[in-house]
Amino acid sequence: MQKLPLDGIRILDITVVWAGPYCTSFLADLGAEVIRIESIAKFPPPPTRGIVPRPSEELIRSIGLTGGGLPGRVPGARPWNQVPAFNAHARNKRSMTVDLLKPEGLDIFKSLAKISDVFVENNPPATMDKLGISYDMLKEQNPEIIMLRMPAYGSTGRYKDFRGFGLHMESVVGHGLQRGYRDMDPTTNTSVLMADAAGGTQGAFAVLAALHHRNRTGEGQLVELPQAENVIPFLGGSFMDYSMNGRSASTIGNRHRDALQGCYPCLGEDRWVVITIADDTEWRAFIEVLGYPDWAMSEDFTDHISRYRNHDALDNYIAEWTSQWDNREVMQLLQAVGVAAGPVFDQKDAYDDPHLNSRGAFEEAYQEDTGTHMYPGAPYKMSETPISIRRGPVRMGEDNEYVYKTLLNISDEEYAELERAGHIGMDFQEGVS
Amino acid sequence: MAENHIPPQALSDIRVLDFTHYISGPYCTKLMADYGAEVLKVERPDGGDMARRSGPFPGDNPHHEKSGLFLHLNTNKRGITLNLKSAEGQKIVRQLVREVDVVVESFRPGVMARLGLDYESLRSMNSEIVMTSISNFGQSGPYRDFKGSEIAFYGMGGEMFTTGVAEREPLKMGGDVIQFQAGATAAVATMGALFAARLQNIGQQVDVSIMETQVGSIDRRMPLLIAYQYTGEVSQRQSLNSAGGYPGGFYPCKDGYVELTGGRVYFPRIVKMLGEPEFLKDPKWYQPGAQQDDDLKAEFEEFFYPWILSRNKQEIWMAAQDARVLSGPLNTIEDLQNDSNFIDRGAFAEIEHPQAGTLRYPGRPFIMEKSPWAIRHPAPMLGQHNREVLIDLGHTDDEIVSLRQQGVI
Repeated sequence: MQKLPLDGIRILDITVVWAGPYCTSFLADLGAEVIRIESIAKFPPPPTRGIVPRPSEELIRSIGLTGGGLPGRVPGARPWNQVPAFNAHARNKRSMTVDLLKPEGLDIFKSLAKISDVFVENNPPATMDKLGISYDMLKEQNPEIIMLRMPAYGSTGRYKDFRGFGLHMESVVGHGLQRGYRDMDPTTNTSVLMADAAGGTQGAFAVLAALHHRNRTGEGQLVELPQAENVIPFLGGSFMDYSMNGRSASTIGNRHRDALQGCYPCLGEDRWVVITIADDTEWRAFIEVLGYPDWAMSEDFTDHISRYRNHDALDNYIAEWTSQWDNREVMQLLQAVGVAAGPVFDQKDAYDDPHLNSRGAFEEAYQEDTGTHMYPGAPYKMSETPISIRRGPVRMGEDNEYVYKTLLNISDEEYAELERAGHIGMDFQEGVS
Repeated sequence: MAENHIPPQALSDIRVLDFTHYISGPYCTKLMADYGAEVLKVERPDGGDMARRSGPFPGDNPHHEKSGLFLHLNTNKRGITLNLKSAEGQKIVRQLVREVDVVVESFRPGVMARLGLDYESLRSMNSEIVMTSISNFGQSGPYRDFKGSEIAFYGMGGEMFTTGVAEREPLKMGGDVIQFQAGATAAVATMGALFAARLQNIGQQVDVSIMETQVGSIDRRMPLLIAYQYTGEVSQRQSLNSAGGYPGGFYPCKDGYVELTGGRVYFPRIVKMLGEPEFLKDPKWYQPGAQQDDDLKAEFEEFFYPWILSRNKQEIWMAAQDARVLSGPLNTIEDLQNDSNFIDRGAFAEIEHPQAGTLRYPGRPFIMEKSPWAIRHPAPMLGQHNREVLIDLGHTDDEIVSLRQQGVI
């Protein structure tokens, strides 16, 4: 079999929603054996595996696509295995079930900790306390274990028990006020965000750094990634602007601090192109493509500073021009002369895009409850250890036999007993909501 | 800064030769440097990294040693200047390549090959070397040579189509967050390649397309791509008048704005947050359809707006947390930098730089108990370590003077 960078590394994963699972999906892609620890006795925090275990068709149709986009918009026999929000990060992972709230469940967890390298969680600190899972407890089982915890605001400080999604954390650290339309107030803000992506990605980097340290020293450790604080470095210049000048940035919408930039309508319904004109050279190339229109020759647009000052008027002229074109045509016309331009791709556009397809950005994968589909692959390419989708999005409890019998050497009788006791299964128990 | 008091860092045995500029590449190598890697940044002699010309600057006076963006992105790196096109420069680069584990570069695709530094050439000098190439659209494909920008990466790769409101054009996120995200992704991939190099003796090239780091991004691009596969439906931006349940979204308050996720199943928690007023005890609020009823919404808001407008964002956030309502204040950077929670937890770093002075920077993204994040030194001044590095390579002071005269350094 093709070698992968993290061959031989086993990771226990009780992460929920997005940030934690995205972290372990990087590690699973790189070849680690990631085992999701799930429970058939408790539904995980929505939208991890959907919003309720057994949604009606009506409910599915009434919610957004990330939670409600099940195949054909119809719930199957096991809807929790069909949720896009989950299946986005569940490739290359394994899943086992155990009820950690029962004493023998916790013992099973401890046995797994003994034979694992890393444990990752992103629950509120109180949830871990309630389960009795801590770094000290893990260390007793396995002195070299690495634990990554990803609380919202950290395990100390006055916000330690505060709950929140990426949306809230980004608002708290100042990103919320930096996005939004420049001519509308912040109440029109909607939520597509970056904190979960940032948390998952830097969480994976943290685990790799800790593994590297362990390889050198034999030493495991506790790593804490407070998701709100984790985003602060991404604020970059705006953080430094306050440090230097006492200024707090507010949104500039689709504009750029230096370049001329916007998002403009194209031919068709809800079709858009984004354009960035960085300097004089690009401006000259841009107006050449437009055929030197009269407005562009006026004194309002003689140099970069006047163009930026008259950005509103400029936007109207550009929109008038782009409206006559297909958004891909605008990209080709402007990129041909060295001006950054690109369509705003909806999901269909992305799958149809010749560039992404030529690079193999999507891979086919199969899962029993959803069938065969094209999924986005790893967000980077490696030349000698190619990273691919080796296994489709994992179904809950799919690897119980492997984990209990192969890894933990549990007998068929004990296995049957654990099934009866509500630990092992592939379906949520009756009454779980 | 007291170098001798720094505990061992996780990546202190990793050496990186860094040919990156602007945001994504430098953020990738910053993450490595801040956790201990020895990063040598190579800049062009005529002006260096373009981030040096990008603000913010103290007092808005441009100065190539005082760019806030550059200072933040290049902590803990040493810096040399080198004309890579000159024969002498080439010789020096080849010496450096032999001494490192990783080369990270963010030139346009093809530039490294023209400089004789493509992956095959690097491997002939150093068989287990990792080369991470970060570019707008990747090292192959029809858009390979296209120009990129923050908004283009998000528009083409990410979920910009669904960001913003239905009545308006799609919207980018704030600042340069997409390029930071690409840098973090590149750091993960680089570490993965380092594991293969160290443990399996496999050197390789890592190809990071900034656009693709968005295609594979969790919120919300990947879920919506998969939902399209499952349903054939594309997503839509939310309408300003959407019936999404109440209260949900961003609200004005006494001193700014606050977000509350309180509609639908969370409504009882909102009632608790509001102090369980009498009128909200009526069963009508809890009937199916109540959350979609415009009259009920209007009645609710008659009470809710005066409540929220008379309170400040921190107060509302506290009340929300007590009632288990998911919420967050829309803080300014000023609010953030003055919040004692973040100050006391050490989320910021005070860093002294010989020209820019002592400033507050973003601090560690995560806390490693045994091998911590640390600032060993600030971002390098242009060519600051030329002499030190060349002496290490065995050059004499006379040779260094001559290299400088020839414009090599």
